[in-house]
Amino acid sequence: MTELPLIGEAVAVAAHPRLAGAKIGVVTFPGTLDDRDAARAVRLAGATPVELWHAGTTLGDVDAVVIPGGFSYGDYLRAGAIARFAPLMSKIIDAANSDAKLPVLGICNGFQILTESHLLPGSMIKNDHLKFMCRDQVLRVENNTTAWTGDYAAGQEITVPLKNQDGQYIADEKTLDALEAEGRVVFRYVGFNPNGSRRDIAGISNAAGNVVGLMPHPEHAVEAGFGPELGSGTEGLGFFTSVLNKIVGDNK
Amino acid sequence: MPRIVVDVMPKPEILDPQGKAIVGALPRLGFTAFSSVRQGKRFELTVDGEVTEEILAQARDAAETLLSNPVIEDVVNVEVVEA
Repeated sequence: MTELPLIGEAVAVAAHPRLAGAKIGVVTFPGTLDDRDAARAVRLAGATPVELWHAGTTLGDVDAVVIPGGFSYGDYLRAGAIARFAPLMSKIIDAANSDAKLPVLGICNGFQILTESHLLPGSMIKNDHLKFMCRDQVLRVENNTTAWTGDYAAGQEITVPLKNQDGQYIADEKTLDALEAEGRVVFRYVGFNPNGSRRDIAGISNAAGNVVGLMPHPEHAVEAGFGPELGSGTEGLGFFTSVLNKIVGDNK
Repeated sequence: MPRIVVDVMPKPEILDPQGKAIVGALPRLGFTAFSSVRQGKRFELTVDGEVTEEILAQARDAAETLLSNPVIEDVVNVEVVEA
């Protein structure tokens, strides 16, 4: 892992003596791209990242798991479809559904893997305009009670990078209505819908709120000088501090 | 060797962005008779030996669990093709 900082000051925002002991697993599949950025975001938030390999059969003692973006297994068959059956995924699915409700965050390809795993409903298809798109994207935090959004204000708008080709979130109307009614639409695109997602949905959660998936990339907006020019550039860091505060809170 | 062919199509209610792009390209090449295109996938599973009912059942199971995503796709055909 690269030593901090590359540029600017690396500040652990949620500084808490117990946070550094928190371990966040970051999964790497063949074709994962953003695992190093996700691990760096975990470290910047004040916790310890733990590398998890897709073929592994144990999660060790991690307190939460991030499934980062990329093109796992080349996106062959469908995005996330083959990764979903990796040995480590069955452990993650069991832990997410267990009484302990392991916090799991799926970003971009990680979100696709979570829908293929049926941890989250719906699916992603090709962007309605058919092009790969990379831009700084404004999101509204619709639900700040999940394991990954507690440090945001409800209705807060944040800017993080978005980059995908298969980012159009779809589900049947009944599922969409249920997601809305249960407050499980966690993020919505603001100002511009970059991929034709139903009801401007950028991210959702499971019923318990421990599993969250979204297409945009909070882990690319955690460090001054590297993030979006709009806003502070570090508006994605709240995902990682949120889950740490959740872990510390649960362990009181 | 016999093969089991599995055909998967996007669900009818799902707008197929790739099909839409293809139907837009057809008239530019003079193919003006087609008002709609939907793009699916064909899988060919080769079997060493005879295709038993059990192997065919495995293929159907694989089609539903891995080869297709029931949220967005339907398995429209599973059939044995002798080589």
